[in-house]
Amino acid sequence: MASVARPQTQGVGTGQAVVSPARATKTAVLWSWLTTVDHKRIGLLYGVTAFIYLMVGGLEAMIMRAQLARPENALVGQEAYNQLFTMHGTTMIFLAIMPLSSAFFNYLIPLQIGARDVAFPRLNAFSFWTFAAGGLILNLSWLSGEAPNQGWYGYAPLTNALYSPNRNVDFWALGLQILGVASLAASFNFLVTILNMRAPGMTLFRMPIFCWGTLITSVLIVLAFPAITVALILLSMDRFAGTHFYIPSTLNAAGELVFTGGDPLLWQHLFWVFGHPEVYILILPAFAIVSEIIPVFARKPLFGYAVMAYAIAAIAFLGFGVWVHHMFTTGLGPTPNAVFSATTMLIAIPTGVKIFNWIGTMWGGQLRFTTPMLFAVGLVSQFTIGGISGVMHASPPVDTQHNDSYFVVAHFHYVLFGGSIFALLAGIYYWFPKFTGKMLDEGIGKIHFWVTFAAFNLTFFPMHFLGLEGMPRRYSSYGGGSGWGFWNVIVSSGGFLLGASFLIFMWNVAKSLQNGKPAGDDPWDGATLEWSISSPPPVYNFREIPIVNHRDQLWADKYGTGHGQSHADEETLDVKIAGQTIGTGEVPDEDPAEEARNRLAAGDQHDIHLPNPSIYPLIAASGLFFTAMGLIFSWPRVPVGTIELPFLTLGGVVVLLVGIYGWSLEPAS
Amino acid sequence: MATTAVQRVEHAGGTGHVAEHGHSEHPPTSTGIDHRKMLMWAFLSSDCVFFASLIATYVIYRSRAQEAGVGPYPSEVVDIPYTSISAAVLLFSSLTMVLALAAIQRDDVRGLRVWLAATSLLGMIFLGGQYFEFSEFYQVEGLSLQTNMFGASFFTLTGLHGTHVAIGVIWLVSLLVVSLRGGVSKKDSLNVEIVGLYWHFVDIVWIIIFTLVYLIPYEEGPEGVEAAPEAMLRLMNALPFS
Repeated sequence: MASVARPQTQGVGTGQAVVSPARATKTAVLWSWLTTVDHKRIGLLYGVTAFIYLMVGGLEAMIMRAQLARPENALVGQEAYNQLFTMHGTTMIFLAIMPLSSAFFNYLIPLQIGARDVAFPRLNAFSFWTFAAGGLILNLSWLSGEAPNQGWYGYAPLTNALYSPNRNVDFWALGLQILGVASLAASFNFLVTILNMRAPGMTLFRMPIFCWGTLITSVLIVLAFPAITVALILLSMDRFAGTHFYIPSTLNAAGELVFTGGDPLLWQHLFWVFGHPEVYILILPAFAIVSEIIPVFARKPLFGYAVMAYAIAAIAFLGFGVWVHHMFTTGLGPTPNAVFSATTMLIAIPTGVKIFNWIGTMWGGQLRFTTPMLFAVGLVSQFTIGGISGVMHASPPVDTQHNDSYFVVAHFHYVLFGGSIFALLAGIYYWFPKFTGKMLDEGIGKIHFWVTFAAFNLTFFPMHFLGLEGMPRRYSSYGGGSGWGFWNVIVSSGGFLLGASFLIFMWNVAKSLQNGKPAGDDPWDGATLEWSISSPPPVYNFREIPIVNHRDQLWADKYGTGHGQSHADEETLDVKIAGQTIGTGEVPDEDPAEEARNRLAAGDQHDIHLPNPSIYPLIAASGLFFTAMGLIFSWPRVPVGTIELPFLTLGGVVVLLVGIYGWSLEPAS
Repeated sequence: MATTAVQRVEHAGGTGHVAEHGHSEHPPTSTGIDHRKMLMWAFLSSDCVFFASLIATYVIYRSRAQEAGVGPYPSEVVDIPYTSISAAVLLFSSLTMVLALAAIQRDDVRGLRVWLAATSLLGMIFLGGQYFEFSEFYQVEGLSLQTNMFGASFFTLTGLHGTHVAIGVIWLVSLLVVSLRGGVSKKDSLNVEIVGLYWHFVDIVWIIIFTLVYLIPYEEGPEGVEAAPEAMLRLMNALPFS
């Protein structure tokens, strides 16, 4: 256990030097960030890194839109265009939206459940550094001019060495493999943190709904990522070891065509068994953020809290049974298509429940249209448009018509930008005061929202028309006689306006960091525990671990339990510590957890112990980086037994082992 | 950084107090289950999907060598009696793993060392057996990763399982070394329990792999390429080669 009650061992590691604020040198500051295990700092690292990648991915999109602004344009060639759309998709999914969600998980989960850190602080640092390594590998590909160029879902047999002889696919396969390690490590951590580190009295159904979103997203990652791990291992075997998992025939030494029995569809199955749950990995955190924001600005508890939690779980569960809808056009036959069409349509039910519950929360509330609320309501409206075009694609004939056209591009940008990005921006506006102690400027924020909202629709709505008119995705150019010129100009100008909207946002952040209004502890009149402590929170989060006896604990503390609707289950739930009932919550106002408080006070409450900083997570992650780079460049090769291995890879494995053993043998806290 | 300084001060103030509580006291968790144990269960659930994907791949490809008419075929190379012995060795190691845990839970450090050594030795025997099996297939039977789909999927599935066993052996040996240096006592029994969870899981996966790869009979290999399914042949001809 990291955060409580272990003696501070002297002279452990080099991060132990006592640094007083006045004497802190730049090196010491840098070192403290490299070795940090504080969930709040790791959250900020995730957030800033992911935002940079969001800008990189956006820049890639704007180059593509410049290319498509007029017919038969020659701004970038076909090869560069292939690299741009592949890296745009890969970057936005794995390097922008997922880690931005992760930034919120990191910063907020311990604060919302009343804990001092996550369950495994060093594993948390390892997740971040591994993510950084994976992102670096993917983007270093630009330097050798070999950025991935096969599309973000890397269909076989195009990825085979026969068709993609350069390193493009290697950068992609190994970069994603390492990002998978980062996501899995983070998810194990949040799973354990949420289940195990809730404050006394916080039952699962008293958790803030954001914790539910994080918990279920973590489960999705834990169960979905191994499929792509295997898919990428098999792909790497095909490319590095000459197997034929994804290619049905190959040329033998004599140059004759021979049947191997490999199957390109296996890639699609493995990829989409991961890939569809991945869609929910991208959107469930967004839903969870919005579910936190809307109640606060409607001044009403979340409508149908329990149903919302069940809906998240239902979406996740059904999400594992729909992957074939990405493969309707591969000719699997009417039976699989019908079954997967039905399961896909089913998902609309829990999703619709969530949308109606948000509306139900706002219904009759005292609405305050602050910037976070505008972005949150923006999600409800824009995601619904994307959701509806999603249900259209559940029908195989419609899907066949739309497949690989701009209609699909419009659909998933409505759910990923209109959904995920809107929610993430809402989250930044909502929690920025907690992160920094300063308010973001509301005036600029509102301008930012309306520009984003207009530009977003200008960019992506006409894509529906282009798709229906038959414009295919991923083509770097189109003919002047196609009649697509008009909408493409609109789309491209919308795209540039959307890019500009982020300049407004960055201006707001820069201005507010310098001279923003002081936020105070609780600027929005929040309902959850993070608003009960100072902004930014002290390094130990809570001086005293809070006792929870209400779902909207802070509202109950501020206004009494009569606020909003009453929850029947709250009156009978037991207050438990370590699985032992130590009291019941029959009369919440009478402090049902008196005994719990006494117990904790007798224990470690008077002293706050925090995990030691550690450099080993960074060392272990850099080991993974060198291992992968060695495989990609296959140089210099040294014979090991009967095979030759790249020296850099061997070195990377050694560094990884040094990291793991150093980590295991140093005291955790 | 200011925050860093605060952290140190808190630590300095707390040192004396904690000594009263000692290391062994586990802080309470909401579920009563230790963090590390729950992490291991979460990891194993993830590893289930990992092996499920690999096993599905193997099942899809288990008769493709026969269809393609490219030997050696599985029925020619698989040696059930030989692998049964190494399977028995691996399963037996689950017993010694349990005995290691039982020993440390009684605070019997010597018993722990004996049974940890026995478990890692059995694991190494299994890996040695796999090494000889692989060499036999490769050098005598001429089966490699590139030969046919059976070779590719067989070596990948059993190789990745072997990698899991190897990681388990390294873990067990590391724990043995720590215990020889006096670092494991009754209060650390969770460390043994967790490696045990991993070890039993790897054993259970082997039962499934052993059944699918070795015990369920294969079709005999055909004489020529005619057995390739027509759809595949059509696909072949449609590809833009030569």
